[in-house]
Amino acid sequence: MAIEKTYEEINARIKRGEAVVVTAEEIIEIVAEKGVEQAAREVDVVTTGTFGTMCSSGVFLNFGHTKPRIKMNKVYLNGVPAYGGIAAVDAYLGATALPESDPENRVYPGRFLYGGGHVIEDLVAGKPVKLEATGYGTDCYPRRRIETWITLSHINDAILFNPRNAYQNYSVAVNLSNRTIYTYMGVLKPNLGNASFSTSGQLSPLMNDPYYKTIGVGTRIFLGGGIGYVAWHGTQHNPCVPRGENGVPLTGAGTLALIGDLKQMKPEWLRGTSYLGYGASLAVGVGIPIPILNEEILLYTTVKDEDLYATIQDYSSDYPNREGSNLGRVSYAELRSGKITVMGKEVPTTPLSSYLKAREIAEILKEWIRSGSFLLTEPVQLLPSVDSGIALKGLEEKKNNG
Amino acid sequence: MIANKVVLRFASSLVGQPIIYHLVKEYDLVINILKADINPHQEGYVVLELSGDSENYNRGLKYLRDIGVEVEPLSGTIAWNRDRCLQCGACTSFCPVGALQLTRPEMEVRFEESKCIVCKSCLDVCMARAVEVRF
Repeated sequence: MAIEKTYEEINARIKRGEAVVVTAEEIIEIVAEKGVEQAAREVDVVTTGTFGTMCSSGVFLNFGHTKPRIKMNKVYLNGVPAYGGIAAVDAYLGATALPESDPENRVYPGRFLYGGGHVIEDLVAGKPVKLEATGYGTDCYPRRRIETWITLSHINDAILFNPRNAYQNYSVAVNLSNRTIYTYMGVLKPNLGNASFSTSGQLSPLMNDPYYKTIGVGTRIFLGGGIGYVAWHGTQHNPCVPRGENGVPLTGAGTLALIGDLKQMKPEWLRGTSYLGYGASLAVGVGIPIPILNEEILLYTTVKDEDLYATIQDYSSDYPNREGSNLGRVSYAELRSGKITVMGKEVPTTPLSSYLKAREIAEILKEWIRSGSFLLTEPVQLLPSVDSGIALKGLEEKKNNG
Repeated sequence: MIANKVVLRFASSLVGQPIIYHLVKEYDLVINILKADINPHQEGYVVLELSGDSENYNRGLKYLRDIGVEVEPLSGTIAWNRDRCLQCGACTSFCPVGALQLTRPEMEVRFEESKCIVCKSCLDVCMARAVEVRF
């Protein structure tokens, strides 16, 4: 008889402290040992995790009103500009924002030691952050300038809102040129000197739910060490790409927009990062629970690194010029072994996301659910999937508006 | 008289040359090899204590640089800040001596200071700036 469970049944078991929760690593062996049917009957939730740099991240802030009031037009936090083009004392600080005084790549390769991601880490760590803002003065907001210090606990709101996180698979980056290049995939040594990659493979959230059957709008998740939610599909969500026999995309595909209250997050899981010659960003910890509603959903969570493939791309020419060509595919088991073979050459691999921390996130989420403090939510809307017809658009230059 | 600890790094094309022999024979330098790894298919490095009279010392260094050997003073130590480390492991593919390593299958970053030659290759490739030079 086919196993069918509902969110309500699983949550009732979580509340009674009876839920069986395992990580996306552990489920592989459990199914190998017990078979799909018995495992689907016994296991209620599989937890996933990922921890790496996710550039499309940032935080909405409300500072509270000054006396007299100001309508903040330009806003800086520790010298890093935030977007002030919303209501009077609201702003959005993006992870890759840089102080105007940053030399960027004028001294190449730039070091980008402090940017928006670092301000977010400082805020979460409870450190005082310098706020400077100017306005043009209105009858209702007469003040023109404010310079003060804020801390996370003393401002009204800090809502982490990341428009694109948790990429479902990603390219492996190599450098075919004869000079070192500095990219968002890290430093790439010349002549295939190394190959960088950035997903947690068999632990990664969307690798374990390839058709978005349980992860959707409203899914409660681990975000930055606290609780967050899937707000929408992420920008560049691209489900209609080639997939393997297991249903998992062979290139970058689905993405998630995530939201949560920054005040309950932890600096350990939101970390400012600096990419030589590229820029500043934010490493985000994300963990998503997958309810085992039936055998099909269980089967998706049993994917192994050996069966997950990434596509190799040249970042010296093909990527910057938006050429679609690739240099073949390689499994996550090979990537994690430390060496892969590209064009007949043995190439050391450079991991950019932490597998160890991904596992730790899956373990933390497992404990939250086991202890009854974290209940699962049924999506209020599913994400666009393979039948959506989505095709990513490029941006073309036009000479006129016709 | 000059005595210094230096790190020599050279490309695979230079591995076949008897560099140390030349330093002793032609520049009359006293050499104490502290650490070395020379692999015929990869780049090699040698950490040396190098001493001799200042003219010979400088000529010896010029000889090394002229044939394409990178010569850098061995200065400071590398400090790895475990709390800052994001545990991604990117540094491990840049470390020429395996002082920064990923354990498998745990995928945990470890730093063994005794293997470190202070080449500083790890410093700027660390996105968390968790490694630094201390003097």
